[in-house]
Amino acid sequence: MADLTPITPLGGTTLRSETIGALRIAEGDDWALASVAARAGQAQAVGAGLRELTGLDLPGPGGMASAGDWRALWLSPESWLLAAPLAQEPDIADTVKRPVGDGASVTEQTDAWVRFDITAPDDDRLWPLLERLCNIDPACAGPGTATRTVMEHLAAILLREGAGRAAVLGARSSAASLHHALVAAARSVA
Amino acid sequence: MIIHHPLLGPRDAQEFTYLGDATLIDRPDAMAEGALEAFDAYLHLRDNPAGTHRELWYHEVGDRSWLVVTRDTRTHEITQVELARDVALSKGRGR
Repeated sequence: MADLTPITPLGGTTLRSETIGALRIAEGDDWALASVAARAGQAQAVGAGLRELTGLDLPGPGGMASAGDWRALWLSPESWLLAAPLAQEPDIADTVKRPVGDGASVTEQTDAWVRFDITAPDDDRLWPLLERLCNIDPACAGPGTATRTVMEHLAAILLREGAGRAAVLGARSSAASLHHALVAAARSVA
Repeated sequence: MIIHHPLLGPRDAQEFTYLGDATLIDRPDAMAEGALEAFDAYLHLRDNPAGTHRELWYHEVGDRSWLVVTRDTRTHEITQVELARDVALSKGRGR
């Protein structure tokens, strides 16, 4: 069997993490991801099936919900992204497909994304960074929201994990460009 | 320009792409009598109003929904934003 060496989203052998002033930007690769799109008229049944699996209620527009190890974020009408620890769910699409059956289309997304966790002491020191990256109104993006928007011409999803905490999901194919944008913006506010 | 998305609230126009006249929703029946003329008009004929215009916008870097935006072409004032899905369903489409 081939002897393969796993690499991180940024292409290294260890995860990158930098502390710039009060901000910390850390590459993360420990989420398994699957998208769920309910088929016509099946949204309620899908919600019920996934509640049984994950213990959470699928969030409404712009929302993010978590319960135990699972989290769900709203992507578009009747479609969501589900996340769980990768070590626990190495085949997340299969796990998610089982309770929803033909009620939804489920797609494996784990390796499509890169995640950067951004930590600041509080929201007042987080937003100067985010304001340089995207034009989201802070009043609309408090903890518990998931907002898809543009950062440095790249599509990205801004997840608000809590006060002073955010995560950015971007395309893994342009992970280095997104990382550069985050670090450059952090240096300009540090 | 700010577009008030019916689900997501005010969002910057850079998240959207523009398609054109909302009459594109009214695709003619290809099997009907006079379909050739109807498709010619559907494809090529557009009003070009100086004033209120209903048009399709796509929230590409957002939730990927299609919107019908009512905009004044002279001032860019937006008076109404609807989900194109709702507009099409209200016209009896989607069956």
